[in-house]
Amino acid sequence: MGQKEYLKNQQREVLQNCGLINPENIREYIARDGYQAMGRVLTSCQPQDVIEQIKKSGLRGRGGGGFPTGRKWEYAARAVNEDKYIICNGDEGDPGAFMDRSVMEGDPHAVLEGMVIAGYAIGAHRGYIYVRAEYPVAVERMELAIKQARELGLVGKNIFSSGFDFDIEVRLGAGAFVCGEETAMLNSIAGKRGEPRPRPPFPAVAGLFHKPTVINNVETLANVGRIFLKGPEYFAGIGTEKSKGTKVFALAGKINNTGLIEVPMGVTLRSIIFDIGGGIQKGRKFKAVLIGGPSGGCIPEDHLDAPIDYDSLLKLGAMMGSGGLIVMDESDCMVDIAKFFLEFTQDESCGKCTPCRVGTKRMHEILQRITIGEGKEEDISLLKRLAEDIRKSSLCGLGQTAPNPVLSTLRFFEEEYLAHIRDKHCPAGVCSRLVRFEIIPEKCTACSICARICPVEAISGEPKKPPYFIHQGICIKCGACQAKCPFSAIAKI
Amino acid sequence: MKSLEDLKKMKEETIQAMQLKEQPEPEYRVTVGLGTCGIAAGARAVYNAFVEEVNNRKIKYVTVVGTGCAGICKNEPLVEITGADGITYTYQNLTPEKAKAVTEQHLVQKKPVEAWLLATGRSLL
Ligand SMILES: Cc1cc2nc3c(=O)[nH]c(=O)nc-3n(C[C@H](O)[C@H](O)[C@H](O)COP(=O)(O)O)c2cc1C
Repeated sequence: MGQKEYLKNQQREVLQNCGLINPENIREYIARDGYQAMGRVLTSCQPQDVIEQIKKSGLRGRGGGGFPTGRKWEYAARAVNEDKYIICNGDEGDPGAFMDRSVMEGDPHAVLEGMVIAGYAIGAHRGYIYVRAEYPVAVERMELAIKQARELGLVGKNIFSSGFDFDIEVRLGAGAFVCGEETAMLNSIAGKRGEPRPRPPFPAVAGLFHKPTVINNVETLANVGRIFLKGPEYFAGIGTEKSKGTKVFALAGKINNTGLIEVPMGVTLRSIIFDIGGGIQKGRKFKAVLIGGPSGGCIPEDHLDAPIDYDSLLKLGAMMGSGGLIVMDESDCMVDIAKFFLEFTQDESCGKCTPCRVGTKRMHEILQRITIGEGKEEDISLLKRLAEDIRKSSLCGLGQTAPNPVLSTLRFFEEEYLAHIRDKHCPAGVCSRLVRFEIIPEKCTACSICARICPVEAISGEPKKPPYFIHQGICIKCGACQAKCPFSAIAKI
Repeated sequence: MKSLEDLKKMKEETIQAMQLKEQPEPEYRVTVGLGTCGIAAGARAVYNAFVEEVNNRKIKYVTVVGTGCAGICKNEPLVEITGADGITYTYQNLTPEKAKAVTEQHLVQKKPVEAWLLATGRSLL
């Protein structure tokens, strides 16, 4: 029996309480040194010191971009205004990601503590946690945590008799990916349409209700208390030169140990997928891993030994993103995957910028025709050109990064696109219009099960006189015959 | 709460209260994973089964609590049972029926159900 075998190769910092404490009881958080960092900061640090310490720790935003948190706070601290705000970004809209949800559900007070410290640093007295309504458990636990913290005086007026006031409220989002983008979120919280607006002015100068605002990701804020508890040097001692600390990743897709992990920055994808993730399901072969969700890129076998940090991933045409890892195996078609993500971004585009609204639609149509065998040789250069235009002329990160999955699959799997276009063949056997089902004569026993299961009567033959035969013109490629054949006598080609 | 001193006092009190005692009977803490992943796999029913079973049997030395995601979502519902000796037994893929059996065998007869265990180790709490 493994001694917590699954924790091997991990380093639990942000997730130190998740799965251990009862998140609905503030005392259990306090028993684990909770709110001590906040207490010390409020009673014995100047706001400027707080910012200096965060800078020293090297903490960078975990919401995707990796912007240095200390610098973000400094800009907002310098802005002169009576009212300032802290916003915790808990939107987490990318498919396959559930890091922030788990932190909010498992250790909500760590998020609150980080927000109060951030508020103190910049001189804000009010914070909002933006969570999608599709995360009901996270919403419930955050609300309860705020209530309990308020009852103990850990948020509210005159915290720890320091004279500092800070209160926090939860704001629900309706589950739109674009509302995770900071300026769209500001509109959404203010009750307006969730559409992005140009920056500058940056939120640190004119954010929520046009007041200086810091927007930080859940995981970023959950790191803050610990940085003060253990010291910025401790934090800066983890990770790589430019990417400090740990990162939480959600493992999804064709990997054995789907779940949530935390590792120091700088470990390799190979170590995450094979040592911690337990490798690929059903003994299949690894093909690629998508990192950074619909804005990210895929990384093939050849590059699995690259260290995970903000800069190395950008060089590979992917990005850290928020930490969703979707693993794909040999049975996945990369054109189909690119199509899936483009469909997502096209759906989620708010429609404000034409290149994003119409351009992603056109790109999706091209991918659609490639997957049904009607692609043209020029389609590849057309895709690249469109991608470049959309990237350059969209206002927000959604449009700017929407072409990434297409560009990165083109970069590493161009021959797979070409197989679809030139040979009308899907090597992974996913694109149904490009595959054929055929009966293997040597294996067929003429049991007639396939002919009876076929919904369009595309299979004929005489009982007990093998082989049976599939009429390709009638076959709709549903695969029902293959699934039901007791002798594995039907092949997908 | 007015000062860091108050906070430290509450910390000490809670650690005391959470400490599992050997006397008069060895105490247990049963932690059920109630993150979205656990709930989706049926953890609420498992949690209720433990609470019900412990109440019905009028067992006083067991505390049942919920917790967040421990990270091994594919093995949910996940339940950790920690004893006064500081050793944690992690059960995987539990059902309400199995929860009742675990109560009987592990918590009453003090014999962990090996077949359903994922791991054992020192408590991290
Ligand atoms: C389309 C889009 C979606 C985003 N979704 C999220 C999200 O779900 N969570 C998040 O923290 N940041 C998201 N971001 C990034 C935010 O705009 C912002 O950079 C981030 O919350 C800043 O926090 P950080 O500095 O702590 O990373 C998104 C950005 C874009 C363009």
